[in-house]
Amino acid sequence: MSTQQEIRFSGFGGQGIIRCALITGKALSLYADKYAAMTQVIGPEARGSACSAQVVVSDTRILYPYITHPGILMALSQDAYEKYYQELSPGGVLIVEQDLVKLHPEHPGLSVWQVPATRFAEELGNRLFTNLVALGFFTAVTKMVTDEAMKKALPGLVPDRFLKINIKAFEKGYVYGLEALSEGRTAP
Amino acid sequence: MNKTKNGGYAEAQRVAADPKGVDAGAHFMDGDHAIAEGGLAAGCRFFAGYPITPSTETAERFAERAPEVGALFIQMEDEIASIAALIGAAWGGQKVMTVTCGPGFSLMVENLGLAAMTETPMVIANVQRGGPSTGMPTLTAQQDMMQAKWGPHGDNAIIALCPDSPQECFDLTVEAFNLSEFYRVPVIILTDETVGHMHEKVVIPPADQIPVVPRNNYKGPKEDFRPYQFDCQGGHPMTQAGDGYRFHITGLTHNERGYPAATAEQNKILLTHLIEKINGNADQIIRLDEDQIEGAEVVVVSYGITSRIAVKAMQDARKEGIKVGSLRLITIWPFCEKRIEEISSQVKAIVVAELNYGQMVREVERSAAGRCKVISVNSCGGAVHDPQEILDAIRRAAQ
Repeated sequence: MSTQQEIRFSGFGGQGIIRCALITGKALSLYADKYAAMTQVIGPEARGSACSAQVVVSDTRILYPYITHPGILMALSQDAYEKYYQELSPGGVLIVEQDLVKLHPEHPGLSVWQVPATRFAEELGNRLFTNLVALGFFTAVTKMVTDEAMKKALPGLVPDRFLKINIKAFEKGYVYGLEALSEGRTAP
Repeated sequence: MNKTKNGGYAEAQRVAADPKGVDAGAHFMDGDHAIAEGGLAAGCRFFAGYPITPSTETAERFAERAPEVGALFIQMEDEIASIAALIGAAWGGQKVMTVTCGPGFSLMVENLGLAAMTETPMVIANVQRGGPSTGMPTLTAQQDMMQAKWGPHGDNAIIALCPDSPQECFDLTVEAFNLSEFYRVPVIILTDETVGHMHEKVVIPPADQIPVVPRNNYKGPKEDFRPYQFDCQGGHPMTQAGDGYRFHITGLTHNERGYPAATAEQNKILLTHLIEKINGNADQIIRLDEDQIEGAEVVVVSYGITSRIAVKAMQDARKEGIKVGSLRLITIWPFCEKRIEEISSQVKAIVVAELNYGQMVREVERSAAGRCKVISVNSCGGAVHDPQEILDAIRRAAQ
């Protein structure tokens, strides 16, 4: 079997979706001994509307850099959820923003997780940290990469003066994710 | 191989890179940024350009890094002025680069010809997007392969390299500068939107592990200075404007002092030199990446991002028992005609996969000269191939 894993981060422009993919790709390729290729959908539509970035992860060199059968989808907006959840492979992991995404009643074959990332970010002082909360949650739930590697990847990808608060946001999401995981708190 | 007093490219003088320009370490970086870092590492300290998707990130990176490195970045009024500024700055003593894509490259070709004619070293990256005209600004293609060579009017020769990853964007940009300085010729990085915008791990070595061909400035007696030497070789010195040597630069056919001498005899001497310094040294310039060609019945020829898809198709075909190998063109121009000639006499068929309507396949057909089938897997661009398309062609080729 292929050791390849495909992840899609999605939401609306301005939520820090691309940043999520950059941090994850950097953590995996520089601090987790994996190959990672990150691509993004670019275009004039990149602000305020649907936004998506993809990371392909592998133990060997990545030949085809785009995703075809994602195993993990993070959707931080209703549009992104509706647009992408059906492409998830059987057994796939779906992570959504709890307050922004109204889920369909059932997702057969998927493991569905909800995180109130925007609310947590606002509690930390600014909704700009939403992506880091979601990324912390992603790290705990998917176990794709260690929290240490992710935090190591932050310098250079978030402004220096906001590094500490971003780490705090990440940890908030991570701890919430560990709790959700241990309690098996999945949606149908 | 012709040996001259200057030696060949392999023996060209190399020094360690200036640490100021080298952002050593492991990075998660896109190809566009890696091109800028490659230029800075190679000693480029002058960039003139005009932003255009999907190449703008290279200009942004260079502009951001320029102050700390001590380089100059100018955003020009257009691409015509950009390459004109490069010619001036190169003769002002700088290593120079610019970046663009199809529409901008089209504007540059007139002065690209002037740069080739005046033997002015420079590196131009073309991050290809779909065309013709403004085409698809944000979508990938490999449609400017022939334009890179045949864009300017009149016979001339340039060098073009094609990276398949952000790492190679860095490595080949350094190489491009070294080739450009030694042969005094424009070198073009022919990459594409996919490689340009894709992030992967890029390792930039420490400065002392990056060999750089320095600018060869003439230092001898004034009366002996010749800005040109028409001996079909590289390794000739330039001068820096203001150093006190008399020289003349013109697009007219010229003598070794650089003055116009538009005669049939002189044009033969000059043109033969311009072309043969590249084509006659093709063995030293050309770099190829070969995989499992020995004993193969089918060989897939590809380059850039397409080569990664082609290798995937090759692996799938090998699982079906098809003996297939891969030839990846790292150097596009000069073309590896000798190697294709050899391969074509050993295999049933060559499959050529590229993100255009069929460009480099013509070179392959010319070099194979009917000794084997040549099957083109072309594309109109906008997206990379589905590996299945190339796999199907390999299956057909093996029959």
